[in-house]
Amino acid sequence: MTATETTRVMMVREAINDALDRALASDDKVVLLGEDIADPGGGVYGITKGLSTKYGLDRVRPTPISEQAIVGAAIGAAVAGYRPVAEIMIMDFFGVCLDQVANHAAKLRYMSGGQTTVPLTIRCSAGAAMSLGAQHSQMLEAWLVHTPGLKVCIPSNSADAKGMLTTCIFDDDPCVFVEQVMGYFNGSECPEGEHRVPIGEAAIRREGDAITLVSYGRQMNDVLTAADQLAADGIDAEVIDLRWLQPLDTATILASVRKTGRLAILHEAVKRGGVGAEIAAVVAEEAFDSLRAPVVRIAGKNTPVPYARELEAAFLPTVGDLVAAARALVS
Amino acid sequence: MADDATLDPAVHRGLYRTMSLIKQCDDRFRTMLSSGQIFIVYYSPRGQEAISAGVGAHLRPDDSVVTTYRGLHDHLAKGVDLRGLWAEFLGKSTGLCKGKGGPMHITSPSDGLMVTTGIVGAGLPIANGFAMAAQLDGSDAVTVVNFGDGASNIGAFHEAVNLAAIWKLPVVFVCHNNLYAEHTAFEAGTAGGSVAGRASAYGIAGQRVDGNDPVEVYLAAQEAVRRARAGEGPTIVECMTYRFHGHVVGDAMEYQPPDERAAAMAADPVDRYRARLVTDATLTEAELADIDSTIAAEIDDAVEFAQSSPAPDLSELYTDVYAEGVAP
Repeated sequence: MTATETTRVMMVREAINDALDRALASDDKVVLLGEDIADPGGGVYGITKGLSTKYGLDRVRPTPISEQAIVGAAIGAAVAGYRPVAEIMIMDFFGVCLDQVANHAAKLRYMSGGQTTVPLTIRCSAGAAMSLGAQHSQMLEAWLVHTPGLKVCIPSNSADAKGMLTTCIFDDDPCVFVEQVMGYFNGSECPEGEHRVPIGEAAIRREGDAITLVSYGRQMNDVLTAADQLAADGIDAEVIDLRWLQPLDTATILASVRKTGRLAILHEAVKRGGVGAEIAAVVAEEAFDSLRAPVVRIAGKNTPVPYARELEAAFLPTVGDLVAAARALVS
Repeated sequence: MADDATLDPAVHRGLYRTMSLIKQCDDRFRTMLSSGQIFIVYYSPRGQEAISAGVGAHLRPDDSVVTTYRGLHDHLAKGVDLRGLWAEFLGKSTGLCKGKGGPMHITSPSDGLMVTTGIVGAGLPIANGFAMAAQLDGSDAVTVVNFGDGASNIGAFHEAVNLAAIWKLPVVFVCHNNLYAEHTAFEAGTAGGSVAGRASAYGIAGQRVDGNDPVEVYLAAQEAVRRARAGEGPTIVECMTYRFHGHVVGDAMEYQPPDERAAAMAADPVDRYRARLVTDATLTEAELADIDSTIAAEIDDAVEFAQSSPAPDLSELYTDVYAEGVAP
């Protein structure tokens, strides 16, 4: 983490706006593209509010509803030396531009033998809990992690949102920065000045020796709540916030599991084929001898995300699920 | 047919040189395939030489070109290094892309050959990005994106042409209409009967030309490139042509009437243009023969270079996945 003097409480959405503002101010190669991103609205969630007024419509470009055209233009401009930040309004819409993301942004560097590179950032809102149904609620990070060439991250707080987005923008590879809508209004201390978070570094949010709890994104708050409840039972959990899903900080995960011998992973995305499966496999390959209990995954159910509040809540992983699983592992 | 006399003899020489280079490279590559020296899936541009030559004649090194898996003609017309190109075709360490891209992904940024994609229609949105960069730079550089008639029916085409139109991007959309989208005839898969005709739906210029006549293509491209450089926005140039060797070389071509193909090959654009230049006394037979033999020697050299180059080191599997410091 870059050393910074002062912090103040910001909501995640403010931190993202601040990161974009600073990037636009510091480097004229930074340009934004996306649907509805210009003022007066500044995007459907107001994340880019004020930026088109401050930097002009050449650099903060509202686009038609054309995700392939958005990502394609961002790729070309990136190869030509710009640092575009493309907004895909909702992560589900990766389904209509995945060719540009997975076949082009991710692969142009490799296919050209390193002659070209794609310093592109794609931001997207994501996640369930707003009764938006099956096509506006998904966490699809596993699709992206499965594609070599992409970097993928999901912040859990304002400081990381600002620092990780800034890192993505100034990184020379295509990065996907995932913003969970339910986390936008969470407030926490955030550096006011320049701030970056190193690529691929997880953060240990709580130290412990009884069990390792791994998660990322807005669910970190749930995991920390679970850790508090476990502590009340005398179970001292170590909590890891991955932050980056690719590159994945396997060293931090493995070191913790070697210490605790137990691992529970929680994520909002569906369980099957998810990031949790990758982590469980890495631990089985690299730290099998340290395990004192089976690895457990607490995740979204293997279903589309339903509409009704009760069903949607049943889809999502909960603090209670994690606490129960952790108790079972330790007992 | 366009009036050849409108062009300087030096332009004709350049057009013919590019067409001969494309034809001879393709002939040599297919000979190596049919003789079993190499074994890959290859998409021959034979028959489409005049399009790349006519468009390429207007481009500077700082202009960008995006093309497709059937792209050898576009690569050569943009001036890509012949040795590096051949070495890449043969998958060698000395190839333009270190043997990691192959014919379907030829890239040579120093020549402005920015992207070769294997995905139909995907180049159009990316071309807009190069054009947007030029627009932001305040440069008059243009971007040419080449695609087949089949690409005009994929969503990316429409998204890209619309965006280029509303942003007045300096792009030239060059459709190589070879009458077949893989195995499907143009009229069976394309409503409206014309790709250039779709331009009017987006309020931009569109023109259909005889893509087998390099002078017609040259004149149409001249106006499209002028328009782009002047900030007047994009153009669709639809070049009517024919694909001599199927979707992939070795394709049985059962979907093409044999007499249709025979007629197209009998009117070979390279042979026809060569004969015209002699008849019109633009260039002499001796001058043309000299161009042909000089190119043949350049290809001999490039093939020898490629064949004698080493395969990529196996460590290359893991490089260039990420820019720096990140293991794949």
